[in-house]
Amino acid sequence: MTTQEKITFNVEEIRKQFPALHREVYGKPFIYFDNGATSQKPQIVIDTINRYYTSENANIHRGVHFLSQQATDAYEEARRIVQQFIHAKHEHEVIFTKGTTDGINLVATCFGELLTAGDEIMISGMEHHSNIVPWQMLCERKKLTLKVIPVLDNGELDLEAFQQLLSEKTKLVAVTHISNTLGTINPVKWMIDQAHAAGAKVLIDGAQSIQHMPINVQELDCDFYVFSSHKVFGPTGTGVLYGKEAILNAMPPYQGGGDMIEKVTFEKTTYNELPFKFEAGTPHIIGGIATGTALRYLSSLDQEAIHAHETDLLNFAQEQLLKIEGVRIIGTAREKTSVVSFVVDGIHPFDIGTLLDKQGIAVRTGHHCTQPLMDRFGIPGTVRASFAFYNTKEEVETFIQALNRSIGMLR
Amino acid sequence: MTIEEKQQEIIDDFAIYDDWMDKYEYIIELGKDLPLIDESKKTNDRLIEGCQSRVWVASEFNNGKMHFTADSDAIITKGIIALLIRVLDGESPENIAKTDLYFIPAIGLQEHLSPTRANGLLSMVKRLKIAALEVLK
Repeated sequence: MTTQEKITFNVEEIRKQFPALHREVYGKPFIYFDNGATSQKPQIVIDTINRYYTSENANIHRGVHFLSQQATDAYEEARRIVQQFIHAKHEHEVIFTKGTTDGINLVATCFGELLTAGDEIMISGMEHHSNIVPWQMLCERKKLTLKVIPVLDNGELDLEAFQQLLSEKTKLVAVTHISNTLGTINPVKWMIDQAHAAGAKVLIDGAQSIQHMPINVQELDCDFYVFSSHKVFGPTGTGVLYGKEAILNAMPPYQGGGDMIEKVTFEKTTYNELPFKFEAGTPHIIGGIATGTALRYLSSLDQEAIHAHETDLLNFAQEQLLKIEGVRIIGTAREKTSVVSFVVDGIHPFDIGTLLDKQGIAVRTGHHCTQPLMDRFGIPGTVRASFAFYNTKEEVETFIQALNRSIGMLR
Repeated sequence: MTIEEKQQEIIDDFAIYDDWMDKYEYIIELGKDLPLIDESKKTNDRLIEGCQSRVWVASEFNNGKMHFTADSDAIITKGIIALLIRVLDGESPENIAKTDLYFIPAIGLQEHLSPTRANGLLSMVKRLKIAALEVLK
């Protein structure tokens, strides 16, 4: 993979790999700007899934027969691909989960078991509900205190407040790498160093960063990193929890069942080693395998060119949006990924989203599962356009025209 | 006009539009014309909190007929409310409880009444039917 020649970035060539981009909705060419919610899938991922269920399906880790061995090899190969993609030290530090939410819940439950009353968990004011609610549930269960890093007007975290909130009581900082609503890229490397200096562990919610930037968990030195496969061109229902070996070993298992045991008797059961200790039951086998396919596909592309293209799309979209009367961009952090959230004076985001949809354009409207963040900005929700590398400047132009038409109808 | 005739009239009104945007233009106009719910009646017990937009609905029972007023913070939602009220306002509680609102799918707006749409409209229809059933108790 690393020795492979990188394919020169050409958006039209890339688009050919994504069949869903070529369909129509309501008789209009489909423009997909809801990549923050989920990404479309390249043909190679679709083919992998199709081939598996057509001729390769078998259960893994236990069969003596040919297909079972082949499926096991493919699943474990996918784990190695993930390991290389995020630069984990060991492949057994890669735990397959159902997704980001599942990974966070696993850590909240199992790392949470190691905590005692009075300990503190710190999150930020821009977290997705899935990085808020599991911690609230843990705090209730174990009598812990939840601290929240405030968000500044430009959509960046208040890092001074973060430093003040850190103390010897802080056991875990769970923070998003990139805000799904605002696009803010948080300075997680610096935050991890600060947290470690205070003796806290750090979980990075990578749901919005895995598809947009190179991830090196060893350089970041995060203790946990979680992501969902479906946001990085893989299938839904699968994700990854990365954890440092020593911490994962110290944590009790999550769910009980097959695969996670070493030996079972009615008197005493001993648990399997990493990563299987956290992977009870038959997993989403093709989910794991196709995650590997998706990451390998992404690795084959020129990452710098992708980043430059996505940045161009963001800058162009923001520039054009600000020319429209009454448009206000929510989230103007200095470091942003290709996400633009906005509101239009006097118009409900739902109305704009509905009219854009009828013009073939898929955006997300509402609170984006970040209600506390919406309250922070005093708005009911936003319209969010989130771009992937397969989007084009022409699509942004069509979107701006469609938005102007929608606003004209609604005013 | 019977409840069926009112529904058919709406279906006929919409039949002239073959473009989605024209259809929505009409819905938006209906939303703008909707007689608003009295501000004093926009109380929490009349609020239906959708995931996206909010809906307020008030019902009254007079001389054997149900009367409704409603509002929403989203204009398209308001337009669809206007259609629902056009069909249901002034009907007997029996009619409201048993009627099938077939005009909604017939004019292509069923997505707005899907449980996952979360714009409060499905809950609003339920609320109207429950109000009718309360009267019938």
